[in-house]
Amino acid sequence: MGQLSGPDPHVASNAGWAETPSRKGFFTDTSVCIGCKACEVACKEWNAIPDDGFNLLGSSYDNTGALGASTWRHVAFIEQPRRFGEQQTFFDQAPTDSRGDFRWLMSSDVCKHCTHAACLDVCPTGSLFRTEFGTVVVQDDICNGCGYCVPACPFGVIERRTGPAETKNVGIAQKCTLCYDRLDAGHMPACAQACPTESIQFGDLDELRVRAAARVETLHEEGVSDARLYGEDPGDGIGGAGAMFLLLDEPETYGLPPDPVVSTRDLPQMWKQAGLAALTLLAGAASAFIGRRK
Amino acid sequence: MKRRSSDGAPVVPDATFTSYYGRPVVKPSPWEKDIPAYLFLGGMAAGSSLLAAGADGTDRPSLRRAGRLSALFSIALGFIALVHDLGKPSRFVNMLRVAKPTSPMSVGTWILSVYGPAAGLAGAAELPFLPQFLRRLLGPFVRPAGIAAAATAPAVASYTAVLLADTATPAWNSARRELPFVFVGSAASAAGGMGMVLASTSDAGPARRLAVAGACVELAAEARMEQSMGLPAETLRNGRAGQLMRAARALTIAGAAGALMGTRSRVLSALAGKALVAGSVCTRFAIFEAGQESARDPKYTVVPQRERLDRR
Repeated sequence: MGQLSGPDPHVASNAGWAETPSRKGFFTDTSVCIGCKACEVACKEWNAIPDDGFNLLGSSYDNTGALGASTWRHVAFIEQPRRFGEQQTFFDQAPTDSRGDFRWLMSSDVCKHCTHAACLDVCPTGSLFRTEFGTVVVQDDICNGCGYCVPACPFGVIERRTGPAETKNVGIAQKCTLCYDRLDAGHMPACAQACPTESIQFGDLDELRVRAAARVETLHEEGVSDARLYGEDPGDGIGGAGAMFLLLDEPETYGLPPDPVVSTRDLPQMWKQAGLAALTLLAGAASAFIGRRK
Repeated sequence: MKRRSSDGAPVVPDATFTSYYGRPVVKPSPWEKDIPAYLFLGGMAAGSSLLAAGADGTDRPSLRRAGRLSALFSIALGFIALVHDLGKPSRFVNMLRVAKPTSPMSVGTWILSVYGPAAGLAGAAELPFLPQFLRRLLGPFVRPAGIAAAATAPAVASYTAVLLADTATPAWNSARRELPFVFVGSAASAAGGMGMVLASTSDAGPARRLAVAGACVELAAEARMEQSMGLPAETLRNGRAGQLMRAARALTIAGAAGALMGTRSRVLSALAGKALVAGSVCTRFAIFEAGQESARDPKYTVVPQRERLDRR
């Protein structure tokens, strides 16, 4: 069955690739995100994703809502009555006394390309596969839309596309490919290319981890004590993410699960329980036939 | 964003937690009524095949016939439900591209590809309108097919529990220890109930015993499951899933009591059997609905994970 949880530094070669480039991923540094949504637009343009609704959601500047079949980058906006680090806001000198500290968190969310990806593990057709870059990609021509990957994802990323019959890839599971086609041609993913502040950084995962650790240290030195990394630890419940984040608050504030675990980690125990239950049924049925006939 | 429990009057004290505008963290499955219907039909088919094989071996012709026919129709309807639920039904055969032990759905596909034809063949032999030449042709294969169906039936009845549990859906994943026992119990009580409805009272003894034993296992495992699930157990008590679960419990208890008392009355026996079948339907829909609700409310994802982190 292969390895189901824990650190896995050779995720692509363990998936059967003979020669693999170094594992690729994202480091999204939300401390420099300005909420321009260029990543959302670039992603939609490059991947030719259908529209995901023109809605006003009443959640700050976020009118996208969440990641989904037709939303592969999603910028979250959170307004908080707190200061960003030791930032001087001068709100205390404002003419009204109704204003207090304020900060605006913005974060561009994306598929985590987990080391142990539940979507890939549970896919019954082999449509979801591990690329040579260590990323997780849906093969559109193989997916039969069983929908199992949707509840399997601990981040609520992948989704079955709905819409009129003529919609591209309607009925099948869709998510970020980390621009597999661009990577193959030696380009960086469209969102990272479009990001004007380098909040979205693309590169070798090992290097990104080093960069992320350095950045969080710098921020701590500068007094932003609530800066923390998310998804960078290969010891976490998904074996570390291929897309890690620098966050300025708890993960759940951004709609991220605080301690995600790949459900397949417990699959051997689940099969064992099912085996015991199956034996119970067999024994019960057999013993129902024991005894005197009336 | 502090957010309170969505349904006004929670049973347990409110868990304060943070979420992003109260939006879900994980996505509910895109599955519709087809899937809980299949959970029931697969269980019904599996239990029926076991009863049919036992009846075949102990010379109880009316129970054998009831079991084989019930298995045939249940698995056929279940198969239709499964294909209907796909986003691209025409690509159903893509399930057969790979055999993946990490995918309970792939494992289930291969279990069904052995069980389905076996149960189908055994059931076909019992169809009243089957032409004589076909009956003769099938003749020597019917008993082996019935045995093959019975041998794979326990896997058919139990794998669906792993299928639900191996997800990030809080109510299903947290039920992973007991859910297989709830499902096999539900399968046994449904198939036993159907046997009580269809078979003659003189043949139906094993169906009654299987039904009562199944009902007991289901009720006990379900009670234990609600204890061990933690916070997501709420979804089995509140809302639509709660109504279904209460209905399931009442029908299963009433059906099992009827099965114990009405051993000589065909009418009481059939009534009790129908209650058990209905109870099994309600159980499957309740567990399905609870899972969907637990995915829609971020509380059930965030609070248990936050508590786990805080314990570290």
